[in-house]
Amino acid sequence: MSENGRLSFDDAWELYQGADFHGLGRMAHTARLEKHPDPVVSYVVDRNINYSNVCVCGCRFCAFYRPPGHPECYVLGRDELAAKIEETLELGGTQILMQGGHHPDLPLSFYEEMLRFIKARYPIHIHAFSPPEIAHFARLERTSIGDVIARLGAAGLDSIPGGGAEILVDSVRERVSPRKCSVREWLAVMEEAHGQGLRTTATMMFGHEEDPRHRLEHLFALRDLQDRTGGFTAFIPWAFQPKNTAIEREPETAVSYLRLLAVSRLVLDNFDNIQASWVTMGPKVAQLALFFGANDFGSTMIEENVVAAAGVCFRLTVEEIHRIIESAGFRARRRTMDYNWVE
Amino acid sequence: MFDSGFYTKLGLSDIADKLAAAERLSMEDGERLFACRDMNALGSLAHRVRTRLHGNSAYYVVNRHINYSNICVNGCRFCAFSKKKGEPLAFELSEREILDRIAAQEEDLTEIHIVGGCHPELPLSHFEDLLRKVRALRPKSIIKAFTAVEIAHFARNESITVSEVLTRLKAAGLRMLPGGGAEVFSRRIRERLCPEKIDGKGWLEVVRRAHELGIRTNATMLYGHIETRRERLEHMAALRELQDVTGGFVCFIPLPFQPANNELSYLPPTTGVDDLKTIAVSRLMLDNIPHIKAYWVMLTVKLAQTALLYGADDFDGTVVEEKIGHMAGADSKQGLTRAEIERIIREAGLEPVERDSFFQRKIHDNNGGCK
Repeated sequence: MSENGRLSFDDAWELYQGADFHGLGRMAHTARLEKHPDPVVSYVVDRNINYSNVCVCGCRFCAFYRPPGHPECYVLGRDELAAKIEETLELGGTQILMQGGHHPDLPLSFYEEMLRFIKARYPIHIHAFSPPEIAHFARLERTSIGDVIARLGAAGLDSIPGGGAEILVDSVRERVSPRKCSVREWLAVMEEAHGQGLRTTATMMFGHEEDPRHRLEHLFALRDLQDRTGGFTAFIPWAFQPKNTAIEREPETAVSYLRLLAVSRLVLDNFDNIQASWVTMGPKVAQLALFFGANDFGSTMIEENVVAAAGVCFRLTVEEIHRIIESAGFRARRRTMDYNWVE
Repeated sequence: MFDSGFYTKLGLSDIADKLAAAERLSMEDGERLFACRDMNALGSLAHRVRTRLHGNSAYYVVNRHINYSNICVNGCRFCAFSKKKGEPLAFELSEREILDRIAAQEEDLTEIHIVGGCHPELPLSHFEDLLRKVRALRPKSIIKAFTAVEIAHFARNESITVSEVLTRLKAAGLRMLPGGGAEVFSRRIRERLCPEKIDGKGWLEVVRRAHELGIRTNATMLYGHIETRRERLEHMAALRELQDVTGGFVCFIPLPFQPANNELSYLPPTTGVDDLKTIAVSRLMLDNIPHIKAYWVMLTVKLAQTALLYGADDFDGTVVEEKIGHMAGADSKQGLTRAEIERIIREAGLEPVERDSFFQRKIHDNNGGCK
């Protein structure tokens, strides 16, 4: 530890590369218990709604998108959107996570109207539009990121998901997602959102073409921004799923995932919550992640399309999530996006 | 292993001391380990013992499973594989089909693992012929075949002793028994789940005979259904006791119950924490059985990798084609390649060691064949 009691980059690198597996887990679990002394693991009931798969980005790690003009392109109509939200509410859902591709033609007003349509009808939290989408809207609309966020916020946007972060290192982004927003832009969207009072999450997708050091650079970029704004609610690392994508490699293993998760908990000392990813790692490894720094089990994911497109399809009910959390010795509690308890 | 204060806080310091002194654990120790809620503490204890025994090595074998038939006179409630003759999913491989499957494998296939249901009609001579032909086809491969349950079934069918069955099969090429059919030895469990099958004593008796005849075996435990943790520990204790006498067990294989397509499908699957606890406690209780297997077919590949850091030292093998776990809903692949297994082991920070059925290290010559 350096003098201010925080991990330096070199400390973190040494732990990530050198610490023994159980020692690293123990450190991360201790840090987690300092932040959350009660043995409680939270989760949220929500649904992913992917409003469109039309995307001009063409990221090499993505199995979900379709280029404009492709026969499998779709944009969800209002009826479909309404049906999905009604089903979510019936299942006790409190939020929707709404993301889509970078559609080349839809104007910002389309998204504003979509938000207004939902908010006028349903009492539901809208967690939507990752930073690359917002940067894309600003470019199409020839306006500032701040203006886009203000307009979406006025139309009903409640919070912003931390997707599209991939690895926050430009040399990596140039290789795997050259047409997606830069590191500076991604961070600028988050800083602007936090400044306007919108909370956000942050993700990392690792295990594609980055070096292990890049993963730590990503964590430190998030920690620096969080020091300034305090607007991130949670960090969610997940492992790249290579099936049906243009990147050929084996998926990250469980041990590699758990090590990264533990280091994330230790580096991100200013983040309250770290999520386990059962969607990519499966319920068994996600349960073990509760001893490697994670205090949150993520979402029930009533619908999930992006990881499923990459050939990985786990399904869990609320009952099953409770059983997994409780059999690991924790209490399961349902939360909202901003980590307030639902009941 | 952590500082002793850490284990003291968890109330496990006496167990940690016993393990450091390589002393045997009691059943009560086992229960306290199962009750431990700190997975890093349990993992560190098991990993220390595993490392003392095997260093940084994690073993695997180039093997091929053959499930010759699922036609079975027993109807174990936890089984999705067993079918009666004439049922739609019943199958029976011909000798030709079995030999073709083996012939399709690389020349240096180390192990051929052959198990099936308790077939009502096939005589022992059928299996003797089969083993002889398999041996002629792949003389360097080790034939590891037939659970203790099948051996007892052959003896009953032929009205001969278990020792005679084993002697005849050994003469035909049998080198090892794979250890299946042990389930949980508890009488309570067997009466409810597999009343037609030989009881726990019967299983141990077949295995004792095998060890006496110089046929080494593995031993399994099917957990995660309706058994208690005490019953798991009693199962381990029975194996430990026999091993003290014979020394014939090579590897212990905890198998998580798979709940699809059987009479116990109302049960949930095992959780990762329960799987890893069971592996860790096995390592710590079974001080006289050298190896603990993380059987990826049933654990999932991802969890089996972590199990190598929770007391297991063996990743099983390439397998190629497996029906028993998969018919019960295991969603792992049918087989893994040597390269995949080696990568998974290295990513866990361990050194992959290719082994044979008896855990002798395989040494490859420059032509890719095995010496």
